Amino acid sequence: MAGDRLPSRGRIDRSRPLRFRFDGRDYTGFHGDTLASALLANGVRITARSFKYHRARGIIGAGVEEPATLVELEGDAASGNRIATTVPLVEGLSARAVHAWPSARFDLGAVNQLIARLIPAGFYYKTFKWPDWHLFEPAIRRAAGLGAVPPAFDDSYETRHAHADLLIAGAGPAGLMAALVAGRAGARVLLMDEGIEAGGSLLAHKAAIGGRDALDWVAGAVAELAAMPNVTHLQDATAWAYREHNLLMVHERAPRADGLRGRGWRVRARQVLVATGAIERIIGFDGNDRPGVMLASAVQAHLNRWAVRPGRRAVVFTNNDSAYTVAADMAAAGIAVAAIVDSRASVPGTARAQVRGIEVLPGHLVTQTHGARGLRAVSVTAGGRSWRIPCDLLAVSGGWTPSVHLWSQSRSSLRWDDALSAFVPDRPAQAVTAAGAAAGATGLGQALRQGAEAACAALGLPAPEVPQAEDAPYAIEPLWTVPGAGAKAFVDIQNDVTVADLELALREGYGAIEHVKRYTTGGMAMDQGKTGNLTIVGAVAERLGLTPPEIGTTTYRPPYTPVDFGAVAGQQAGPVVLPYRHTPLTAWHKAQGAVMYEAGARWRRPGYYPREGESFQQTVDREARTVRQGVGVYDGAPLGKYLLRGADAGRFLDLVYTRPMSGLRPGQGRYALMLTEDGLIFDDGVCFRLDEGRFLVSTSTGNADAVGQALEKLLQVERLDWDVTITNITGQWGNATLCGPLARDVLRAAGTDIDLSGQAFPFMAIRDGSVAGLRARVARVSFTGELSFEINVRPRDLPALWQAVLEAGAAQGIAPIGSEANHVLRVEKGFLSLGHEVDGTADPYDLGMGWAMAKGPADFIGKRSVLLRRSSDRPRRELVGFRPVDPERQVPEGAPLTPQGRKEATEGFVTACVRSVVEDRWLGLALLMDGRARIGQTAHVRLPEGAVAVTLCEPVFHDPSGERLRS
Amino acid sequence: MLLIDCPFCGKRTESEFAYGGPALAPRPDPAALTDAEWVDWLTVPPNPLGWVEERWWHARGCGAWLTLRRHTVTHEIAEVRHGR
Ligand SMILES: [Zn+2]
Repeated sequence: MAGDRLPSRGRIDRSRPLRFRFDGRDYTGFHGDTLASALLANGVRITARSFKYHRARGIIGAGVEEPATLVELEGDAASGNRIATTVPLVEGLSARAVHAWPSARFDLGAVNQLIARLIPAGFYYKTFKWPDWHLFEPAIRRAAGLGAVPPAFDDSYETRHAHADLLIAGAGPAGLMAALVAGRAGARVLLMDEGIEAGGSLLAHKAAIGGRDALDWVAGAVAELAAMPNVTHLQDATAWAYREHNLLMVHERAPRADGLRGRGWRVRARQVLVATGAIERIIGFDGNDRPGVMLASAVQAHLNRWAVRPGRRAVVFTNNDSAYTVAADMAAAGIAVAAIVDSRASVPGTARAQVRGIEVLPGHLVTQTHGARGLRAVSVTAGGRSWRIPCDLLAVSGGWTPSVHLWSQSRSSLRWDDALSAFVPDRPAQAVTAAGAAAGATGLGQALRQGAEAACAALGLPAPEVPQAEDAPYAIEPLWTVPGAGAKAFVDIQNDVTVADLELALREGYGAIEHVKRYTTGGMAMDQGKTGNLTIVGAVAERLGLTPPEIGTTTYRPPYTPVDFGAVAGQQAGPVVLPYRHTPLTAWHKAQGAVMYEAGARWRRPGYYPREGESFQQTVDREARTVRQGVGVYDGAPLGKYLLRGADAGRFLDLVYTRPMSGLRPGQGRYALMLTEDGLIFDDGVCFRLDEGRFLVSTSTGNADAVGQALEKLLQVERLDWDVTITNITGQWGNATLCGPLARDVLRAAGTDIDLSGQAFPFMAIRDGSVAGLRARVARVSFTGELSFEINVRPRDLPALWQAVLEAGAAQGIAPIGSEANHVLRVEKGFLSLGHEVDGTADPYDLGMGWAMAKGPADFIGKRSVLLRRSSDRPRRELVGFRPVDPERQVPEGAPLTPQGRKEATEGFVTACVRSVVEDRWLGLALLMDGRARIGQTAHVRLPEGAVAVTLCEPVFHDPSGERLRS
Repeated sequence: MLLIDCPFCGKRTESEFAYGGPALAPRPDPAALTDAEWVDWLTVPPNPLGWVEERWWHARGCGAWLTLRRHTVTHEIAEVRHGR
């Protein structure tokens, strides 16, 4: 019934009909249509269901401001949350409404409307609080889903980096004029516009520039810009975020010529011009969301640009002059305009002159709309009298709001403009200017002049010629909400926020606009409140007896319009986001059937080497037993390694480690902790002195980069005058670490010129020499508690070394060892592991490592804070060992310990639990409140299936005296 | 995303850098301070709405630790220097 296509005019190509599908029904439109204009032309009134109340909604806007009709595109072009008014119609397009299930016409969720009064503002905060959120979450997500997340990234997105002398956001009259001026001067210009076509507001209404049709001027400008090699002009591309130092994020949708779904631009611009236009506001009155209620500017755009009549009999409701042009256009297109309801007591003659023959009702208000499946009539009131006017279209204009989103994202300030009843750009915080309607211009001539001036100012050019255009008068008297507006008067149509919600927020004490926004969610939807934000500000101000500038605005946040995840990620998706690091032995490990894990810092490392018929546990047991009883070898290449050189390297290390290193003799090493300045364990490692001026430091695998960063910071910030050079040599060495009582025999059999006797080469010593004919550096450290030789060679020599030790150890039954067995071995020995016991909350005493704190007056990082903490006797979590009472009971790592295993505050947690090969049972380590004092007692691990009793013990299960690793 | 003018490398984008926290006063001699003074130095960095001094590491560049004077509202960077 409502809506049809005009026989002529418009920017559609009637010779190119397009078939499309919406919510399962087939329709036809034309090339040049948007999905929204085609739906209107087909008389489809209900195109969406609202987010919270599932109210029927229709097309309200004509561009990115559209708050109601979000669609999901299906098929090849699948993408979620697209704004129907910005989706260009193509042959075979298939779309469905986002909020509606199974369709917008018939929506089961509409029963929510019946309980609408039960979902007031703040409902979510009040109702869905911990601990009960999990009860509601699934239902809420089903009912309120704003579209589906795309199933996966694909590779049809890319990122492009660009620089520009002048980035212009918006190709309306101001932006185009600026681009012409800057482009002609030879500047590197990047012009982008969110529309399918350039022209901005000129596409929607008739105007003249330089004495000819404004759209001819637009076409001329676009052609001239296209011929300039220094100008890049993008359409269907939105600058959606303005970041620090003039970095703009741009989402270019469907650059089809390049076979892409989207492209993300990161543009660093010398100067930015915000020429983003203005958006018409809604007015708050009951039923202002009923299908058939549209923004006046959207009615005009659909008439003139898409040749669509959105209704047959219309009422106009306005508080300003701009709607009079719309009424004139409607009448000219054959729409019966029943009345212009103007809230102002008197209407300027220039406005009246445009609508001769149409009844104007000054000082009147629209208070309600009526109609079950779309608009049938509106209630009009004045002087206490109220009556209905039948209509199927209501064109609303609450005035124009400059689109200052980008401007504000740049942190530039706004000021209130009384004449416009809107906030306009004020002082720039970056190299940015604004022009045209975004800057508060109301006339076309003014917009052109501002665009030209902005370009000249930005680039230091002389004033250019600007074509003539009319500056139509614009007057407004603010009207935010009509008296009596309540629970059906929407101020944020996308998020279903009403005037009643605002009033509830104010009653409950949320007077600051940022609080009102969060409490009601007004302005927080994907449309970022383009049509309603200022209405909210105005309504709140009115109710508090303040003015809008006293209330201020909420923060404008990116994205300005929805952005595909793919356009942000570009090609940085999947395995290339963070590439893995591999050791020179990766191929060998895989050939042996090793199960590879990430072992911290993106290193891939063998977890275990299963043999035919072995279970996981059997493999780990076998590997661990091999080390305890014979000899194993593991690939230790990922271990972090730093070389420190210089006259002050020794005292620098004294400062960063808990034990002094400057007294080490060449070839000697020492284990120590590295603390943060607040006295918590940051890392542990071994430091060797290679010669007088060189030290070799090892770090945890996962911590290597962080340690390097901390060392460099201390050196460069606090000790820049010290002679120390720090070099990360992790990748310069590969290593094979022999461990087990037979390690010495294997190393000897592999052939070495290093004296391996315990006397000549004691524990914690390092020697240079040759192993298996390869230049090597061998260190006697142990991460397993057994006799160990860490044989370091050049990475390229590692495969040869590996083969040599495997062959040399064949007689002793040598086997490669993965990180799982290493974990068992270190837990049995009570050695620390980063991320397990070292979790950023423990100090040395907590872990029973007070012995690693150097005594004496010397200072080191973290010492003061440890001592300060120790001067308080508050109980702390301390490292203990434990054995489950049932030796076959495993407890998961991370499980909490609570008093008697009851549902009480945790007193600690399990840091590790392994099946021990020396005790042939499960055992583990835990951090437990006051744990040292409780050794020998029983504690309880709390698990979903019940409490598990464990007996507490010293955190070492194997060779407490350390004879074996020193042997 | 900041544009940081490294004294060694020139203008580079923020993703090449790692933030290193607020610029504390030079590390004092811990023995010369009371407990309260130590805690104050360690844990109470200034956090004004305006100019701050902070450390940035040119991790994916030259490796220099830099001290920046940055405005927390506008992100303007007034000074970049090596070290403290
Ligand atoms: Zn640098």
